[in-house]
Amino acid sequence: MNDRDRVLSTIRRALGRGEASAERLRGVRERLARPPANPVPARAQVSPDRQVEMFAAMAAEVASTVVRVPTPADVPAAVASYLVQHEPPPGLVAAPALEGACDWAAAGLAPRFANAGPEDQAAVVPAFAGVAETGTLVLLSAPDTPTGLNFLPDTHVVVLAARDIVGTYEEAWRRIRALPTGMPRTVNMVTGPSRTGDIEQTIQLGAHGPRRLHIVIVDG
Amino acid sequence: MLPTSHAFREGARRALDDAALQQALGMLKTGFRVKRGVAARRMPEFEQLRDVARDLKNHTLDNLDLYLEAFEAKVVEQGGKVHWCRDAASARQVILDICRAAGARTVTKSKSMVAEEIALNPFLERHAVEPIETDLGEYIIQLRDEPPSHIIAPAIHLNRRHVADAFMANHRDLPPERPLDEPRQLLDEARAVLRQRFLAADVGITGANLLIAETGSVALVTNEGNADLTMTLPRVHIVLTGIEKVVPTLDDAMTVLRLLARSATGQEFSSYTTFVAGPRRPGDLDGPEQFHVVLLDNGRSNMLGGEFQDMLRCIRCAACLNHCPVYGAAGGHAYGWVYSGPMGSVLTPALVGLEEAHHLPNASSLCGRCEAVCPMRIPLPKMLRHWREREFERHLPPLRARAALRLWAWLARRPALYRLFADAGMAGLAWLARRRGGRFAKLPLAGGWTRARDLPAPQGRTFLSQWAAGKRRP
Ligand code: SF4
Repeated sequence: MNDRDRVLSTIRRALGRGEASAERLRGVRERLARPPANPVPARAQVSPDRQVEMFAAMAAEVASTVVRVPTPADVPAAVASYLVQHEPPPGLVAAPALEGACDWAAAGLAPRFANAGPEDQAAVVPAFAGVAETGTLVLLSAPDTPTGLNFLPDTHVVVLAARDIVGTYEEAWRRIRALPTGMPRTVNMVTGPSRTGDIEQTIQLGAHGPRRLHIVIVDG
Repeated sequence: MLPTSHAFREGARRALDDAALQQALGMLKTGFRVKRGVAARRMPEFEQLRDVARDLKNHTLDNLDLYLEAFEAKVVEQGGKVHWCRDAASARQVILDICRAAGARTVTKSKSMVAEEIALNPFLERHAVEPIETDLGEYIIQLRDEPPSHIIAPAIHLNRRHVADAFMANHRDLPPERPLDEPRQLLDEARAVLRQRFLAADVGITGANLLIAETGSVALVTNEGNADLTMTLPRVHIVLTGIEKVVPTLDDAMTVLRLLARSATGQEFSSYTTFVAGPRRPGDLDGPEQFHVVLLDNGRSNMLGGEFQDMLRCIRCAACLNHCPVYGAAGGHAYGWVYSGPMGSVLTPALVGLEEAHHLPNASSLCGRCEAVCPMRIPLPKMLRHWREREFERHLPPLRARAALRLWAWLARRPALYRLFADAGMAGLAWLARRRGGRFAKLPLAGGWTRARDLPAPQGRTFLSQWAAGKRRP
């Protein structure tokens, strides 16, 4: 008997049954095909405007910084004015998905549109959604939004449309399940910059991932 | 690691004399404990979510074979591979074979208690594969060649000077006169050293916080982001985890995750919660070429259907450790294996055997705080009692202790006689104590108590006789 059969048969024996009955199997398949909704916190069941405010407040609590701009055309200037506080522009890399999205050169930025390499100091990426409940960003992997951008550079800048802010994680999953491309390989839920409490139980930012996280919310 | 749980008493005694450890454990009270309370109170649905999480996990365990098969099918569908391992030896071999096939020289690892359970690091080292821990706490204890002392804060027993010494001794190519007094300097040095290891690694090994049957995804939670670098950069990603980690759907996962960070560190949500499924896809610019999930049984399936099944709901949040007065005094190393605190005292005997670990279920005052905070509502004190019963049945306690217990049980089943003895005993003690200021500094048969503190003498009459007399208020 191989290990797979052995483990499965021990499980069945311990549960006091053999192979599951057709009815049991149907129950499990049904639960997987149509996930029942569990209770969710009431705190984020508010109007879309309030959700955007809650998102920003919760993000700030975990040491993210947040700005709001009126239109997508304002994003490059907002990114540029944030970056001058921290990084020299040469190390800037951006998700290929953002290449045609706005006029970066007009704001004096010349990002590489690629995955992040070890030398890159700052990355700009688009968010799929924001979750108001905890100020959490939902970032999906795809050929034009590689995962490495979210973890290698010191500075992580995320562009998020206000209309993509939802109340709960479950609402974000509903939107992901509805994607024509199916479930992405990687879904990163990001809540603040990297941190650790491993030395004397004291929180410090910038452990292995980004030292700082800046979120640009686009209202229009 | 080889268990040394039989030496719990000696380990605990050493721990009490270790000033640095005692200082670190003292911080639990103002740190994790307070923060958990604040986070739980801030979410009015917290208690309700605990019920939902318990029930959904019970349902999963009752159908564990089906959910594991569903999970496997989804992983395979996305180009990944699932390896079933009945014990530690088989899991170690599977992992080594994957590493060898990939020609791996170095392996980055993100914190995995299951990897500690199967003693993966020494095995890989013996076979010329170098494992590098990347969670900061795990990295520090790897340099010091120590086991973790806490399931989510493995280096909690150390202070900054221990860390500085470990870095000085191991980071030999850095200038010896560099300043390493501040936690910031220590963290920056670890970040720089480990960044190179991340980039060079051939294989990345992570644990899993949850497996999701609906999608074949593995959910991983960290604050540092080390799990993400571990799984994204190398050519091969191996997930090593226990069979009990599966949940049905993404919705179920979110219910459990809402409890996890709040119970563990008091955070609303950890910095990074990642759901990953399968290897790199066509057109992807990063991600591993191979995606393996190693599902470890190692005694877990035997816990199903019996008095210890509830333990399989555990999500390794460490709330029970953080709130345990015994863990808070003895620390994690005294428990002698990977898992410590109340959850360790229940799990260790099940996984390594009661002969080795029979002291652990006794290392508890059964105060019940662990069950009160456990997000998965695991009845830890009840299970500790089950182990004590089994210990008694197997004649593991010393003869004198068993005889005393048997005598007490005999008396306790005869209420009239019991009361007679209790009344007489109390009166005797009270009489004796009158000449000693109401306290005993020493008392025959109570040396374990009086070694560290006085025994206050009984005052007045027994509770039962007061009750019988209708005196229900002091
Ligand atoms: S037993 Fe409960 S409190 Fe302890 S680690 Fe497991 S889930 Fe957390």
